Amino acid sequence: MINIPENIAMKDLRSGFGEGLVEAGRRNPNVVGLSADVTGSVKMDGFAKTFPERFVQCGIAEANMTGIAAGMSLNGKIPFLGGFAEFVTGRIYDQIRQVVAYSNKNVKICGSHAGITLGEDGATHQTMEDIGLMKALPNMTVLVPCDANQTFNATLAAAEHNGPMYLRYGRPKMPNFTDINEPFIIGKAQILNEGSDVSIIATGHMVWEAIQAALALEKEGVSAEVINIHTIKPLDSEAIIASARKTGAVVTCEEHSLYNGLTDSVAHVLATNCPTPMSFVAMEDRFGESGTPAQLLEHFGLKSGNIVNAVHKVLKMK
Amino acid sequence: MKTLIELQDIAKQVRRDIVRMTNKAKSGHPGGSLGCTEFMTALHFNIMNADPARFTMEGRGEDMFFMSNGHITPVLYSVMARRGYFPVDELNTFRFLGTRLQGHPSTAHNLPGIRMASGSLGQGLSVAIGAAVAKKMDGDNSLVFSLHGDGELEEGQIWEAVMFAGSKHVDNLIATVDYNGQQIDGTVDAVMSLGNLQAKWESFGWQVVNIADGNDMQQVVDGLNAAKALTGKGKPICVIMKTEMGYGVDFMQGTNKYHGTPPSDEELAKALAQLPETLGDY
Repeated sequence: MINIPENIAMKDLRSGFGEGLVEAGRRNPNVVGLSADVTGSVKMDGFAKTFPERFVQCGIAEANMTGIAAGMSLNGKIPFLGGFAEFVTGRIYDQIRQVVAYSNKNVKICGSHAGITLGEDGATHQTMEDIGLMKALPNMTVLVPCDANQTFNATLAAAEHNGPMYLRYGRPKMPNFTDINEPFIIGKAQILNEGSDVSIIATGHMVWEAIQAALALEKEGVSAEVINIHTIKPLDSEAIIASARKTGAVVTCEEHSLYNGLTDSVAHVLATNCPTPMSFVAMEDRFGESGTPAQLLEHFGLKSGNIVNAVHKVLKMK
Repeated sequence: MKTLIELQDIAKQVRRDIVRMTNKAKSGHPGGSLGCTEFMTALHFNIMNADPARFTMEGRGEDMFFMSNGHITPVLYSVMARRGYFPVDELNTFRFLGTRLQGHPSTAHNLPGIRMASGSLGQGLSVAIGAAVAKKMDGDNSLVFSLHGDGELEEGQIWEAVMFAGSKHVDNLIATVDYNGQQIDGTVDAVMSLGNLQAKWESFGWQVVNIADGNDMQQVVDGLNAAKALTGKGKPICVIMKTEMGYGVDFMQGTNKYHGTPPSDEELAKALAQLPETLGDY
């Protein structure tokens, strides 16, 4: 098991993004920020205060913000546009498709408050479909870091990467357990625990739950490999295939729809390379609702206990 | 810099190119293209400071142009080829598999002169604003031009962009509206009346220049020069340019029938008889 420090601090991933953006701005004068009236909520206020001449307040107009970002990228600027994940993906899908993805511009779409853990605001704001929307676009890279430290490093990696990118992270404070000094390597899966009976492949907030599930399974005598897929696209197929060959059973975990996220990407890789029994912990075909993040994860079956159950199920299929 | 006569000669040849390209492709949008021929010619040959031989995506120190109404590629490609962005023979490939001259402008095929895809309407003004804002950040005093259809103004994103540019004083930007009064389902008045268009733009903090006849080369040149003279004064500039869809070919003129319908072989022969060859066909 990776070395998890005792007394893990809780921290929101969006703050990891905000701090990463300030650092990226320090390192590269071409980094610019754009926000649509949610600057503080998505933690871009640090960047706006540090680099006011490189920050563009776009008002409540995400479509226009996307076009402005694409236009700014032409002369070498590296625009990071931030907002609630639903409103910077689903709301403006065609704008992203035409002037970011198809035009292949170096624009970073930064979706905060992603997933069910957005909480009390309810289903209008809880996108569970954004990973699928973004990964379906040619030229688009999709990053889903698992904690605040990793979001910080993913933001730095985004600034150094040339091309359209979607960076997805959540709102609430979550265990901040990865090493802040570990660089983010786009497209490289992280093996957090080596195991031999089952592969638990997780992304985003669900990586922590996957670790908890592996610890519980260990007590039952089940050896679980835990893999963090922080890059949905390009997917580290090699790591997934190697682990599936070794364990012969796979469980995917994501705070996202079952239909077009990590599960679907992993299933495709396995079906076409080494068909392997699979089970899933993901959002069923339904919308979210109001509640605290903790209540909602429980309510929609996105906890470590659900992962343990999924492992039991898939082990019977071996 | 071309003389008025030279610009008019280029425009005549461009009109021949437009009807020939769309006839050969058996598709494309000749109507709006013919209406914008004077504008596109004047802009590229006399108004914009841009060197086709040294095109870069970055466009530092050069004026930029974004065609938001992406469907009128026939006039764009013809003028670009005649201006020297790529060989005129390439107009033969318009809309054919493997071409750089995609049905709507694309950056995926590395055609010099194209910086952004367009076609899905209402997006080009935002892009132009972004380019203009970035130029200002860099202390680059060159200008950004954009072109929009009148029907395209029905898209909400246009008004997000109009509000932004007025509010943020993007005064290195000249947006032209091709006010031909036609769209696919009928006249613009019938589909969605634009009301007092000048008052709309002005109320958002723009300066407006009117071109009463956008198919009169002298008026187009004068209007665009007047717009340039207004840059740098704290407000973006909108040019409202009245044109006639299909201008230059009598049976295509003043109707929306040829918005997205190419001339048949018979119609092509009739059209070419009205459009003298001036620079040589491709």
